Amino acid sequence: MGWGDVVLQHKASFQVERGDIFVILGGSGCGKSTMLRHLIGLEEPMSGKITIAGVGAPRLEVSRPRFGVMFQSGALLGSMTVGENVSLTLREWTRLPGDAIDAIVQAKLRLVGLGGFENHTPAEISGGMKKRAAIARAMVLEPELLFLDEPSAGLDPVTAVELDDLILTLNQGLGVTVVMVTHELASIFKIATTCIMLDKDSKSIIARGQPLELRERTDDPRVYAFFNRVPGGNPGGSMQLSPGGAGGLLPTKGDGVGAPSPGNPEG
Amino acid sequence: MERVDHATGHAELRLGGRLGFADLEAFWRELKRLVRHRPGKGVVVINLAGVQEADGGAVALLLRLRAQLMAQGVGCEIVGATGSVQTILELYEARTAEGGPGRRKRHGLLDRTGRMVADMLHEGRNALGFLGDFVLSLLGILRRPSTANWSDLLPQMERAGADGLPIVLLINFLVGLVMGFQGAVQLKQFGANIFVADLVGLSVCRELGPLMTAIIVCGRSGASFAAELGTMAVNEEIDALRTMGFDPQRFLVYPRALGLVLVLPLLTLLADVIALTGGLIVGITGLDLTVSAYLARTRHALGGVDVFSGVVKSLVFGLVIALISCQQGLSASGGAQGVGRRTTSSVVATLFALILVDAAFTVVMNIFHI
Repeated sequence: MGWGDVVLQHKASFQVERGDIFVILGGSGCGKSTMLRHLIGLEEPMSGKITIAGVGAPRLEVSRPRFGVMFQSGALLGSMTVGENVSLTLREWTRLPGDAIDAIVQAKLRLVGLGGFENHTPAEISGGMKKRAAIARAMVLEPELLFLDEPSAGLDPVTAVELDDLILTLNQGLGVTVVMVTHELASIFKIATTCIMLDKDSKSIIARGQPLELRERTDDPRVYAFFNRVPGGNPGGSMQLSPGGAGGLLPTKGDGVGAPSPGNPEG
Repeated sequence: MERVDHATGHAELRLGGRLGFADLEAFWRELKRLVRHRPGKGVVVINLAGVQEADGGAVALLLRLRAQLMAQGVGCEIVGATGSVQTILELYEARTAEGGPGRRKRHGLLDRTGRMVADMLHEGRNALGFLGDFVLSLLGILRRPSTANWSDLLPQMERAGADGLPIVLLINFLVGLVMGFQGAVQLKQFGANIFVADLVGLSVCRELGPLMTAIIVCGRSGASFAAELGTMAVNEEIDALRTMGFDPQRFLVYPRALGLVLVLPLLTLLADVIALTGGLIVGITGLDLTVSAYLARTRHALGGVDVFSGVVKSLVFGLVIALISCQQGLSASGGAQGVGRRTTSSVVATLFALILVDAAFTVVMNIFHI
């Protein structure tokens, strides 16, 4: 898997079970979002293959989409109202009459807490509302699989929690399988059932499993550093908590891994 | 800040007070002045014992000075820092030791030329791919017309046509006027005043009307297409459309292309009329021609084929403008700068293509004596 000529991940083999909230996580630049672009068919892997429900790589632009996607910015079409954005796929891929489409759009927008915003343009609503509208748009064809790219990035904590609750509702209430990219720890611990962690330096998946279990039991210092919010997970990083945890940061000169964790640093 | 040269050959810079961001410029100048004369042997010692406070900027400059001296083979040490100055110095020193990816190397002329050629080939391949997609989408639309985004067609026609009409009319009127004046000055010398109607009529309907209109539409609508689609591309809206099962060609490119192809001939016809009016005004005011004589001469000089060839040209111009600007817009990447770059190249490439197509039309029409 890569971007242009640059290989981001050598071996990225994993499986998402039906009903999971599956999180792809990792530090900046490790290829999380690129991984998602591969999964949804916007990029082709350099080698290997992706299958969804036993069917080969998704082919875009030719058929009714088999999954919903929420992009990081929401990616609502700026020239249309929120309601038109949500109704777009319904008008394209169903023969429902206008009033039925309106009813579904209103219901979806109410589901994400945006009832009454049908006629607003994306420019008139906040970042969090855009993301929720994008989820409503992704959900409108009742997909069994949702891909979310950093749903809570850049949101205030309250809105982020609301979004997490919404994702949980969709997953538990409607049985939607969710694959999301995020590095918001609170969100990961709250909603993820399984996660994989990508690493930039070794270009591989360095952890997989339940987030809480990984936090408690990992023996990989990079994974430990990530889940416990301690600096030093990146080889070459040079900060570590002062001894005794008395606050303040003390610099170190070497490239030692500062996480106070068992095991030896890899890579 | 002072320099003390020791008998051992060491030069000591004694710094004191507060090294704040506000005085950085003077601080840096003074530092460089003090080390201008290198010590004969030994090292430069920067003594921070008297410094009560230093901020990141000042420390960064001290570290840079040390690195510069060491690169020139002069030893340098920073000593005497205490308290917060010590902390901040160590913090910055630790970061200095980190390698990082390093600065990008500047490429040589040959390398840059090679990259430019490779980029151009890549661009060419992209443009060909876009054209191929356009043709495939056209076949798809012809098979299933309902798959095109017809609802966007009228708004696009309104934006390119009705909204652009005033400027198209104004500029073409002035073009007719200027053509009339230029012709009048020359023709008056031969007493051939009436032939100004031929000059204005033929040049406007065959060449200037379609070309000027296309240039204006390129500046208005072409640039707007490139900027709009470019912004959509960098905001992931195009990706979102694709994941929803929409073909960006059918959804975005076709309404714009068809809109321009339909609107440009209409604009061109109106441009012809208004430019002829400009010529007429010059004829009756500057050359003492009567309206009926001017119109009769124009009717005599202009054949249906002259007007028709201009209209056919404008159809092709419309397609060229839409295709180039949409292709450039959809290829945008890299944020606002990428959109700006693509918008500029779309206008430049379109103008170049318009002149090329116009020249090709002229050659072909000459060959067939049209």
